[in-house]
Amino acid sequence: MTVDRNVTISRRGLLGLAAGGAVLGAVGAPEAQAQPVSTNANIVIIGAGAGGTALANRLVRRLEGADITLIDPRQDHLYQPGLSLVATGLKPASYVVSKTTDWLPRGVTLIAEAAEAIDPDAQTVATSGGQVLAYDYLVVAPGLVLDHDAIEGFSLDLVGQMGIGALYAGPGYAARTWEAAQQFTEEGGVGIFTRPATEMKCAGAPLKHTFLIDDIARTAGNRGKMEITYAAPQGALFGVPIVAEKVRMLFGNRGIRTAMQHTLKAIEPGEKRATFTTADGETEMEYDYIHVIPPQRAPEVIRQSGLSWADKWTDQGWVECDMATLRHLRYGNIWALGDVAGVPKGKTAASVKWQVPVVEDGLVAAIAGTEPVETYNGYTSCPMITRVGRAMLVEFDYNNDLVPSFPGIIAPLEELWISWLMKEVALKATYNAMLRGRA
Amino acid sequence: MKDMTFGTMIAVFEEIFGRWLFWGMVVVAVVVTLAYLYVLIRDRSVSWRKFLWAQLAMPVGAVAAVWFLMAVTHSRISDIGGPVDVIVLLGVAAMGAVGAAILVYTVQSLIWPPERDGGV
Repeated sequence: MTVDRNVTISRRGLLGLAAGGAVLGAVGAPEAQAQPVSTNANIVIIGAGAGGTALANRLVRRLEGADITLIDPRQDHLYQPGLSLVATGLKPASYVVSKTTDWLPRGVTLIAEAAEAIDPDAQTVATSGGQVLAYDYLVVAPGLVLDHDAIEGFSLDLVGQMGIGALYAGPGYAARTWEAAQQFTEEGGVGIFTRPATEMKCAGAPLKHTFLIDDIARTAGNRGKMEITYAAPQGALFGVPIVAEKVRMLFGNRGIRTAMQHTLKAIEPGEKRATFTTADGETEMEYDYIHVIPPQRAPEVIRQSGLSWADKWTDQGWVECDMATLRHLRYGNIWALGDVAGVPKGKTAASVKWQVPVVEDGLVAAIAGTEPVETYNGYTSCPMITRVGRAMLVEFDYNNDLVPSFPGIIAPLEELWISWLMKEVALKATYNAMLRGRA
Repeated sequence: MKDMTFGTMIAVFEEIFGRWLFWGMVVVAVVVTLAYLYVLIRDRSVSWRKFLWAQLAMPVGAVAAVWFLMAVTHSRISDIGGPVDVIVLLGVAAMGAVGAAILVYTVQSLIWPPERDGGV
């Protein structure tokens, strides 16, 4: 683990605080900064989400003269860790939305078009607007796509109606998910909470939604009127065994049933019936509320580019890269960052925070002709909300080892108010600071 | 947290409150503290009558600080789940109490300068 347990307060920082108002805002981040590396390299970053934006902000400080171009058609930047709170009525949809351009530094170019083709041999990226960009170094950070069509009978138009929720689909859909979920917490019935068989963003989110809906119904005095089932294709409730056991105990305590090795195949919205694939064939379950999380895959442009693993996740197409350096295994001038990276863990914003300095270091070292030193250990963090007001701060790495940031102070498997406070108060702030390259 | 340096913490606090509000609050805290030191030095004694009022403000400040934090974070007292939560709660209450006491004492001293009201 690479956590620096020494809280370092520089003399300059201390003086800055003492001077208070006199230096209003001028103190900023008093961090030691290496001398910028001069280069005229062409760097293209596909994606201006959490990874691409944070990396761009750091690269402009590390490189002098580099031509940095981001390609992303999305006008809105989404703070995705907030979607769980929107889908339970705790935050408005606007809580997660800002503008992509709000976070980008001066001195970079944003092309608001989609990347349509990558030619790693010719070192070019073609955009939907017909531009062809040549690059010396490429960072692929386009995020992932939600394959809603893979669930038969499901359509995004249905979200918020007929007891259907889908919080991953975006802020508007998360808000509509709460409309359907709220009705369920008031009227009761049968609730089914699903997750996909593929790799996915934040594997804690399906559990959080389940816990929160249970708690909101409980507070309203309606829990007795409902049955809640968590249905998942996997054999365990979480990828990290010690966390899975803790969740199993909490589910037992809350009366939440489980249907493991159940993969959602289809829904019949009119009938309120879901079909699951199991080891013994198909099975049907009726519901009053169902939360759908579809299979997740790399964007088509990545899957068509020849950058994906050929022998792993073949139905999902994650980028073939070294799990420690995130550098492409066949193309030395390409790095993967964020959800699209073909590594065993790390489709969360916390992972991005750990990955960005690794890609930055690899890229700058490649330009400077030095050896990179930073590596990614699979760090992923999940403030696992277990009810409104409490969460478990779960942090782990590639080895499924727990790697608590505050050992001895914040116990990782304990439901604590402080962990909830961190999620509510500090997480978005830390995320924003990360976007600006300052955390 | 990765690289929890002083700079990172300042950056996070700026994001929580917004840059101007955060530094504005730092300025207010520094100004009130300096004003407190100023009246202590100016009066060269503690006015116990004023200090009594300041003490009476402490529970109010403690409750107000805890209430404010709970209100903005959808929390309740029943969410306290472990020892660290009790420490956080007491810490917030203590900060509210001390802040209220210093504020009340300073404001009194600035409005009603030195009296022979039992100062020691």
